Amino acid sequence: MATEHPDNVTDAPGETPEETDESYVEIDGTERRRAFVDRYPNAAQAVRVLFGVSFLSFAVGALFGLVQALHRTGVLRVIASADYYTILTAHGVLLALVFTTFGITGLFHWANTRSLGVAPTSQRLTWLWIGTMTLGTLFAGSTIVAGLFPDIPASADVLFTFYAPLEAHPLFYVGAALLIVGSWIAGVDWFLQYREWRSANPDSRIPLQSFMVMTTMLMWYLSTLGVAVEVVVFLIPWSLGLIGQVDPLLTRTLFWYFGHPVVYFWLLPAYMIWYTVLPKLAGGRLFSDPLARVVFVLFLILSTPVGFHHQYTDPGVPAGFKFVAMTNTMFLLLPSLLTLFTVVASIEHGARQRGGEGYLSWLRSLPWDRPAFTGIALSGIMFGAGGFSGMINAGMNINYLVHNTLWVPGHFHLTVGTAFALTLMAVSYWLVPQITGKRLKLRGVAALQPYVWFLGMVLMSNAMHRAGLAGVPRRTAEPEYQQFSYDTVVGGIAEMQMQIALGGTVLFVGAVMFLAVMLATWTLSPPNANLRVNGELPEPLSTATDSPKVLDNLKLWFAVAVVLVVLAYGIPLYSMVADGILSPGSVPFPV
Amino acid sequence: MHVHRFEKLWFGAALLLIVAFIATIVYGAAGPGVAMVSDDGGTIDADKVANGNFNQTDNFRSPGVYRENGQVHVYIVARQFLFNPGTSQAIEVPANEQVTFHVTSADVMHGFNLAGTNVNSMVIPGQVATFSVTFDETGSHGIVCHEYCGSGHHTMAGKLTVVSQSQFELAPDADAVEASGGS
Repeated sequence: MATEHPDNVTDAPGETPEETDESYVEIDGTERRRAFVDRYPNAAQAVRVLFGVSFLSFAVGALFGLVQALHRTGVLRVIASADYYTILTAHGVLLALVFTTFGITGLFHWANTRSLGVAPTSQRLTWLWIGTMTLGTLFAGSTIVAGLFPDIPASADVLFTFYAPLEAHPLFYVGAALLIVGSWIAGVDWFLQYREWRSANPDSRIPLQSFMVMTTMLMWYLSTLGVAVEVVVFLIPWSLGLIGQVDPLLTRTLFWYFGHPVVYFWLLPAYMIWYTVLPKLAGGRLFSDPLARVVFVLFLILSTPVGFHHQYTDPGVPAGFKFVAMTNTMFLLLPSLLTLFTVVASIEHGARQRGGEGYLSWLRSLPWDRPAFTGIALSGIMFGAGGFSGMINAGMNINYLVHNTLWVPGHFHLTVGTAFALTLMAVSYWLVPQITGKRLKLRGVAALQPYVWFLGMVLMSNAMHRAGLAGVPRRTAEPEYQQFSYDTVVGGIAEMQMQIALGGTVLFVGAVMFLAVMLATWTLSPPNANLRVNGELPEPLSTATDSPKVLDNLKLWFAVAVVLVVLAYGIPLYSMVADGILSPGSVPFPV
Repeated sequence: MHVHRFEKLWFGAALLLIVAFIATIVYGAAGPGVAMVSDDGGTIDADKVANGNFNQTDNFRSPGVYRENGQVHVYIVARQFLFNPGTSQAIEVPANEQVTFHVTSADVMHGFNLAGTNVNSMVIPGQVATFSVTFDETGSHGIVCHEYCGSGHHTMAGKLTVVSQSQFELAPDADAVEASGGS
């Protein structure tokens, strides 16, 4: 049977653990529900630090997002247009790399510990990777922000994608490398935890959350290899002047080798929450554990050999390999579509447990006043829209209409900007009390916050998609040109600009609301309060017990993933390096 | 392992959708003939482009519009923060006949997009992007650099004018190149 019980209170298959005296703890004279922080105080402390860095970078990144939304729509310009790219680089790096990576490693540290029921094996190891990631963030962040000050001779206005031959200060690349190396060590921490669990449970199925953590990390190891080679072998020596030139197409290809799987590194932790926590919050159980495993195995196999779909419009990449990447990308829809089924079925099950009836009226029986539930549910709905615009991006032909237009940020603000970000915020309303031992404060603000985020994103994203169809580019301080004006398909440019500015403002309000709740909980809530949140996760309706054991064979799936990567990348990468690994070469163009 | 009937149905429907998507793309390539930018353009030394030594390359010519073997070819160099030709003078091409573009970069990465159309390519130093377009209508299109290329990126744009075939004339020097049988 699946060992999904944090403290093995019961071993009866298919049952939730009975509450016993073990479920309660007495601290300073008050008895309260035993939370994660009581069971694993060290792991809880690590998660608190990770969430702290994550939310801090979210605060700065969100403020910069507001500055951009108002600047590029011409509503309010507080910076020079040349500085827009510094702000944009910081927004991308802080939100897409720092907020995500720290948030994800925090979630995984909690999930792996909780589901295995084993504390992390070495505190020194845990602090090593947290320290490495934090140092990397400080290096990269400070070189980016230095770009705002002309007196400081460092700058990194190269955006989140840092395409050579635009050249950032070497510290930027070193920082990016440290952030990734830190996440690698984090994976080691969790695999060691698994090994310890396995020695005590030789015949058990891998607990579901730990299975998800490990498949995601295997995918991450395979995919970050690309960016690691790009940064360590090429960009760092090049920015230090040790090598004179790099091949811009090769470094760009290595970036996108990592650049698509990274979106699954953002998404899979959200999926983990949708599969394992959302059904409980809806009042029910996960529909199927084996199907969840199939989904994560598919992501491990298919996430990496798809990077060329970001390079459909690139010269130097044979069209045949673009076609291969397109086919793989389309098959990646399968695990997401399966997730859609399981998530909706689990929510419906929960609603019916709560007394919901009818074909659709069960929707009304869901706890729409609980921010943890509403945030995750709304992020799932928005991911549906993001998934459809992603299917359009994946279509090679139509991609030529939208590549590098505002359509693309319109798309990924639905995926990483909502499916991931709103899920992390929402699960924090449920999880932060468990890792701090403090009750949530400002619960009214929290209850409204997911709706505010949803509204802001509807306004901003729909207008970005439509503006992209008209040809308005992304990544620019001023999208209006003297030479021509845009022909729009639906609506007018001025109306889209207003929706983007308004949506960006509403999103910023949503971010502030979330941060206020977290700050108030952290600082104002008395420690060891009478916690109401119950961290137990119920058994799935269909457990892993009778599913094929091969699903848990992580070595096999990793090997398959490697083979697919070699097939998709072997020949094109070989042809790029065959004419000289550094040529056709480009000298640095410092920003 | 129990797989619910609805799960099986959904699995089948999802696979069908995926196969249908791939089929539409195959149709787009085989039917209307939507072609990808590929590696046909070959590689080029970005230094030679930056210094204007186009006669030392075998797959690029001095920026401009040419007729080669009866077909219209446009050679464009993108650099911080202009298209040559395109920014200071509009590119003029004829309607209803195939026009082949060759675009490369003199410095960093740029983009080349005729706003609101599917004429869209990355411009990567060291690579020549080659793609063919047939314009059905006369009129003008804005050229946008859609990849961040430095602090003046938002000023990098240009214009392309499509004229009727009777109005289309090549610049005299371009004719001269054709007469001398250049590549």
